[in-house]
Amino acid sequence: MPPQQKQYDYLEHTADAKFRAYGKSLEETFENAALAMFNVIIDTGKIFGSVKRDVSIESYELESLLVDWLSELLYLFEVDEIAFREFKVEEILEKDGKYFLKARAFGEKFEDRPLPFETEIKAVTYNQLELCKTKEGWVAQVVVDL
Amino acid sequence: MTENKENETGNEEASVENKLTDPRELVRKISENSWEIPIGHIPGMRVPGRLFVSEKLLTGIEPETISQIANVATLPGIQQYSMAMPDAHLGYGFAIGGVAAFDMEEGVISPGGVGFDINCGVRLIRTNLQKEEVVPHIKELTEELFKNVPSGVGSKSRFKVSDQELDEAFLLGAKWAVESGYGSKKDPAHCEANGYLEGADPSYVSAKARKRGRPQFGTLGSGNHFLEVQYVDKIYDREAASAFGLEEGQVTVMVHCGSRGAGHQICTDHLRELSNATKKYGIQVPDKQLACAPAQSKEAQEYFKAMLCAANYAWANRQVITHWTRESFEKIFCRDADDMGMDLLYDVAHNVAKLEEHTIEGKKKKVYVHRKGATRAFPPGHPEVPSAYRDIGQPVLIPGSMGTPSYILRGTKAAMEISFGSACHGAGRVMSRAHAKKAFYGKSIKETLESHGIIVRAANPSVLAEEAPDVYKPSSEVVNVVHELGIALKVARVIPLGVAKG
Repeated sequence: MPPQQKQYDYLEHTADAKFRAYGKSLEETFENAALAMFNVIIDTGKIFGSVKRDVSIESYELESLLVDWLSELLYLFEVDEIAFREFKVEEILEKDGKYFLKARAFGEKFEDRPLPFETEIKAVTYNQLELCKTKEGWVAQVVVDL
Repeated sequence: MTENKENETGNEEASVENKLTDPRELVRKISENSWEIPIGHIPGMRVPGRLFVSEKLLTGIEPETISQIANVATLPGIQQYSMAMPDAHLGYGFAIGGVAAFDMEEGVISPGGVGFDINCGVRLIRTNLQKEEVVPHIKELTEELFKNVPSGVGSKSRFKVSDQELDEAFLLGAKWAVESGYGSKKDPAHCEANGYLEGADPSYVSAKARKRGRPQFGTLGSGNHFLEVQYVDKIYDREAASAFGLEEGQVTVMVHCGSRGAGHQICTDHLRELSNATKKYGIQVPDKQLACAPAQSKEAQEYFKAMLCAANYAWANRQVITHWTRESFEKIFCRDADDMGMDLLYDVAHNVAKLEEHTIEGKKKKVYVHRKGATRAFPPGHPEVPSAYRDIGQPVLIPGSMGTPSYILRGTKAAMEISFGSACHGAGRVMSRAHAKKAFYGKSIKETLESHGIIVRAANPSVLAEEAPDVYKPSSEVVNVVHELGIALKVARVIPLGVAKG
């Protein structure tokens, strides 16, 4: 079996959390960025449930689409009280100079039982934000404010 | 998991890189506690940077933090220097501890100079109780505070406000909370800006921010936010302490939190708009988080008016927490809060942008002062200092990290001359949360603090490791720099007895 491709890793940051997410496609990279972000909040291996949310985002740039996608998930996390554990980005496309994303996120409502939260994320920043195409696919770098 | 292995390799490379650059090689000494980051450190700097640290603290400043101070110096209309206080550390956009003033007409307004937690701040409540009276009850008191003031990830308030009430809170801050039954009529006068800034406009607050804000009044949040019972352990300035109503052995309560989800969302929403505006107005920024627009542009003013809503929200939030703090004391000590002398000493913002008048090169000028992790420190005689403290100067509240001393200082004339009336805001982080969690265990941190007589109650144990005292610079060193520079003078030191955290 070929070695599984790395989904994401965390980089050193004194005050906040910084991560890189990888994927063969843009869609997969966005999924892994969401996974990296939610694993700052909670070990997603410890959450279950399949409460679903559909997400549609539009943005003027690909990089800001990434920030908007992650920001939307934080918003849904707080307002709908869902700890997300799985993400399916169906498509990312460009049309008339705008970028669109369609996705679904799955997780557990946290009113049902106390979840073992680690750290609160205040917001997704633009600081050191990167989204690059590589030989293998895409790499996204994000800093979130804690 | 493979992620961790990769992570460790990444860390090693980063730390080797940091060790190669001695921060002293990047700055020029001006005086004992003042260092210049010269124009040219990065291209496009309009003014030099000015870092206020001791030589000892300087050695711990990351080169990236110095770059962030330099980045701010490139923004249009910046006045004098891009500054950083002695608790400076790596942020996003501005460094944490950053202070910059921008010309009201020629300058810019940037959410990167305020941060997501708009009007994160500190308030201090006095009591007439002595340490000896409180220590026997500290465990049940801390438990009661923890129970009454919701904290932690995803915490919700004990009440939810209507849309109309939310608008009033955005407009009137602490004053709204008091009028709604949370606190004493005397409280707002002892807040910076009387607990609310004029000019807020809720029509620039999105439905999302409203939805996040409605159920969160009176919640602490997580991370470094806390609610702490303390006692005055040392008085440095008897006259000022007497004016502030402080004496040795007296018990005080400190609240550290901000505007919660409402503020985070307001910043997120407007940062998106301002990112487009930065391009529209042709402003070059070295960090996308420094997105900004000309101060009088539609985009900047809309952000500013929404940001004021979040600032007012934060004052209302701390006001509600104050009310529940008083109720907690009443329950444990079976006495009335007034009878226990539970007056608000003061409340200061440390993440905010404000239109203020300052004397620059001999001329009075209105500027947008951005303080990101910096406290206002106005001098004696200033009209914005409450009348009770007018002869002494504004109380400056500097929280320590968990389990370490906090300080009460007073603002000075020197602060107006040196730092746009600003001082530091805390201890300043030196170790990442990931490292902290590897280095410490929440449970043993709790036990160590308890062996020193400090009771800690937290929503989740990992926050105790993330916020362990050793992940911050010693608050005493940071405060001493401010004191020696004369931008705020030490009045009293308080030591924690009981801490409730997210």
